[in-house]
Amino acid sequence: MLILECPCCGVMADETELAPGGEAHLKRYGPGSSDEEFEGYLFHRMNPKGVHFERWRHANGCGKWFLAARDTNTLEVFATYSAQTPEPPQHVLDAIRAKRPDWSLDQ
Amino acid sequence: MSTRLASGGRLIDRSAAREFSFNGKRLTGYAGDTLASALLANGQTLMGRSFKYHRPRGVVASGAEEPNALMGIGKDGTFEPNQRATTTELFNGLEAESQNHWPSLDFDVGVVNNSLAKFFPAGFYYKTFMFPRPAWKHVFEPIVRQSAGLGKAPKDRDADRYEHFYAFVDVMIAGGGIAGLQAALTAGATGARVLLVEQTAHWGGRAPVDGVEIDGKPADEWINDALQALEGMENVSVRSRTMASGVYDHGYVLAYERLTDHAPEMDGPRHRLWRIRARQVITATGAIERPLSFAGNDIPGVMLASAVRDYVVNWGVSVGDRTVVVTNNDDAYRTALALHGAGLSVPAIVDARATVTGDLPEQARAAGIRVLSGAGIAMVKGKKSVTGVSICTQAGEGASTDEIACEAVAMSGGWSPVVHLWSHCGGKLIWDEDQAHFRPDPSRAPTGHDGKPFVIAGGAAFGELSSAATLASANHAAATAAEALGLSAPAGDTPATNDPAETAMEPVWIMPQGAGHAKRMKMWLDYQNDVKVSDVQLAAREGYESVEHTKRYTTLGMATDQGKLSNINGLATLAGALNDAIPNVGTTTFRPPYTPISLGSIAGEARGEVFQPLRRTPMQDWHEDRGAYLEPVGHWRRPYCYPAAGESHEQAVHREVLATRNSLGLLDASTLGKILVKGPDAGQFMDMLYTNMMSSLKPGRCRYGLMCNENGFLMDDGVVARIDEETFLVHTTSGGAEHVHGHMEDWLQCEWWDWKVHTVNLTEQFAQVAVVGPNSRKVLEKLGSDIDLSKEALPFMAWTEGKIGGFDARVFRISFSGELSFEIAVPASQGRAFWDSLHDAGGEFDATPYGTEALHIMRAEKGFIMIGDETDGTVIPQDLGLTWAISKKKEDYLGKRAQARSHMTDPTRWKLVGLETVDGSVLPDGAYAVAGGTNANGQGNVQGRVTSTYHSPTLGRGIAMGLVLNGPDRMGEVIEFNKVDGGTVAAKIVDPVFFDPEGEKQNV
Repeated sequence: MLILECPCCGVMADETELAPGGEAHLKRYGPGSSDEEFEGYLFHRMNPKGVHFERWRHANGCGKWFLAARDTNTLEVFATYSAQTPEPPQHVLDAIRAKRPDWSLDQ
Repeated sequence: MSTRLASGGRLIDRSAAREFSFNGKRLTGYAGDTLASALLANGQTLMGRSFKYHRPRGVVASGAEEPNALMGIGKDGTFEPNQRATTTELFNGLEAESQNHWPSLDFDVGVVNNSLAKFFPAGFYYKTFMFPRPAWKHVFEPIVRQSAGLGKAPKDRDADRYEHFYAFVDVMIAGGGIAGLQAALTAGATGARVLLVEQTAHWGGRAPVDGVEIDGKPADEWINDALQALEGMENVSVRSRTMASGVYDHGYVLAYERLTDHAPEMDGPRHRLWRIRARQVITATGAIERPLSFAGNDIPGVMLASAVRDYVVNWGVSVGDRTVVVTNNDDAYRTALALHGAGLSVPAIVDARATVTGDLPEQARAAGIRVLSGAGIAMVKGKKSVTGVSICTQAGEGASTDEIACEAVAMSGGWSPVVHLWSHCGGKLIWDEDQAHFRPDPSRAPTGHDGKPFVIAGGAAFGELSSAATLASANHAAATAAEALGLSAPAGDTPATNDPAETAMEPVWIMPQGAGHAKRMKMWLDYQNDVKVSDVQLAAREGYESVEHTKRYTTLGMATDQGKLSNINGLATLAGALNDAIPNVGTTTFRPPYTPISLGSIAGEARGEVFQPLRRTPMQDWHEDRGAYLEPVGHWRRPYCYPAAGESHEQAVHREVLATRNSLGLLDASTLGKILVKGPDAGQFMDMLYTNMMSSLKPGRCRYGLMCNENGFLMDDGVVARIDEETFLVHTTSGGAEHVHGHMEDWLQCEWWDWKVHTVNLTEQFAQVAVVGPNSRKVLEKLGSDIDLSKEALPFMAWTEGKIGGFDARVFRISFSGELSFEIAVPASQGRAFWDSLHDAGGEFDATPYGTEALHIMRAEKGFIMIGDETDGTVIPQDLGLTWAISKKKEDYLGKRAQARSHMTDPTRWKLVGLETVDGSVLPDGAYAVAGGTNANGQGNVQGRVTSTYHSPTLGRGIAMGLVLNGPDRMGEVIEFNKVDGGTVAAKIVDPVFFDPEGEKQNV
């Protein structure tokens, strides 16, 4: 039962208010993409033990999607941030590196 | 034999007798008894039969860790199996029955398994799966199924009520022993909101039984003072009979309060599930004593030393006149002294340690009790009860050096902290060599959202076994919690105690250490699951190294007690067999709940009518008054049909279909999803959502569309109306509105956030009525309208708005039945009045309300697909012959790329066709078309399946749709479908449009 702060409405939302949406920052591949690209987009997921970027929707709240950077092992939440970004913003990367100096984005 | 002593028992009230029954036998106990203490007081030492060998078993423990004394309690609607006699408080009229025996507890046929023990070794179940194959089905499975399970499942509906309760606290303290109380005092003094819970009815834990003095006062007195102080703090809540059952992510804690189990006559809910958010959690859950592994350690009368002490001190119950104490530590001497003090005989204390000093052993010696050092029990004598023990040297192989007659054996293998709550959310353990147990490692505590620890172990739960260290540890835990909360903890002194000096315990995993196989086959590790030392050793020999695998293979630590007694002994045995260190072997995973909680408490109030909130259309009362038979559609309850007096549902449905086709039918279509999509980029967005082109739709017109997910599979369908240049009204399926709206928002917020589009789910803002049939236009004209409803002004697939009968109406010329049809939306507030006026005006046309089944039949007669019937999440539009609704011009839409994958373009995908049985009967729903021959798994080959099947009253015969291999190319061919009761039924492949293929009826 996680608690995540919705960056849109500012509520510290209990997991019962939230709907999970899987991995964040996927690049969409549409018509014209190769089988490998499309397979990667549709099916391949990181599933790390550690830092992970996730999509969440404040479904039983303001209804907005947002993203969370979270440690799947320790359950530490580094940041929640706008869904309207194709990659983790600098302040989120900084928040992660402050706690996980050895971590890098392409791990 | 066990009995009640003439005096003593700090928890019982001898002036308040309590009548109860055990296996139908009427017995008497006292208020304050547990079922276990009352049974022992009545001389009932035999309390159950073991799971696998059906061996006679007595009570071993006095608390939540009890593995043997599981009872069925209550009857009919209040019956509950697998209740621990040790945690069941006695009340007048309690009815208990023992479990897992036939025909009776005293004489159990299943005990024959005991003689066959060598055929039921570790991994017995798995071995039977393997060889010989037919033996599983015909021999082992019937035996295993017959003997599986402990208690019987209740047959009646649960008569009790349950509730959920929410709490938000700064500090949650689990365990109301002296550690929990001290932690609460310290945490409470900081002003933090504190919740302290204790699983039993009594506070203070073991301290009063162990003769602890705190601040110069007997423990009982200190405990009362502490409770009074806590009750005087407004920021502190204390709850007894409340077990913290699990600690979860980010400080979520579940607690299980048993409100009326001890007094069923009380009003109110039986159990309450507390759903707690705690910023800090202190586990002060104490420790559990370990058994010792010696031959015959499961014979009724062999008990934990602490339990023997509890029964004497708390309930004035002697478990036998003569009790031999066997131990590897000083604590068990307290039992010898307590028994001696109660006037009972302790023939010997058998201590495995070579040298025995310390205050407590000296006290025992001074009391004249014989202390045998370096000794062990070679074997316990007796079958259904202990008759004596034979003594040996612990260092040897078990040659008897002495025989001592006794009725009870009090064993102590040391103490293990209750680390469950600590471990539930990721807290790690360290192995304590000195005390031979796992204890919480504070450097690897469970962490919260900020990455900081939120669980702190205190007292015996942290491995501090003396009362002085327990209180100091609890104080420290509370101060740590306060610091984490940013509160300043007043530097309270740890209260002083009178602890005797104790000498070190010495780990003993097998007694005697050189015991041979015959003895090891009689040493029980797990009483509940009948797992012995020999079983774990066999598993190790067979290659099981992982403790998790060994658990499953041997069943060690499974079922209701989850290894509370057996865990450490089992790990140590496995480590010994693997010749590895115990910490390297590790523990199995601790999972909530700590002890089983009732299913009723989990459900809470969510049962019956309030199981879930239901959605009602504005016309719902009318349907219910009319006696409609309702069916669930999402959270709606839609009329399936409106049976008239004496009419079956089938007859009603057929009447409704014919009335609609012949004159006028009315459908409450309010549940239909209605989503407004608006904005300068709405057209572009609609083109991505739907497979067909929506941006080219003209205002005032409607278009049917298909919606796929990114995987290419059909997700929803419906009619889109273009309101104006920037606005579309999307109709979705009744069950799909919320999902589709979520789908739209997902793409708009997370992928195309720069597109200027806004969506609103208007489903409940409008009531919608489908006015259907040849007389539909007439009834609307009769109501009076400022809209020209003629074919020319409002053709098929057009929409308009205006007044009908004074109502604000939006009229869609769309048809899901193939009839002339107007779907009319009015504001929800006008829905019921509009519905009523349609019925009034429709009287002369025999206006007939129809339900979802008539709707289904009419759409199937027309070959229209239904999401959820023709689709199941693996069907693409191309399978359903809907290529006309897939744009070839559009570069992209959701699902387009996926539909280009090789499997999706495979010409052998099953395709939609109509099916007509040769004999006119109705095909079974979901039936498969047989293809002859068998596949690699020996299953019959198939070539299609039925997706929708009905009796068509219009055509007077069975009609169906199905997906069939190369179906559209096989028109006229007859294929066979399986029937449920065996055999097949022949059906001809036909066009799926069974009725009015030219659409002459709707285009009028």
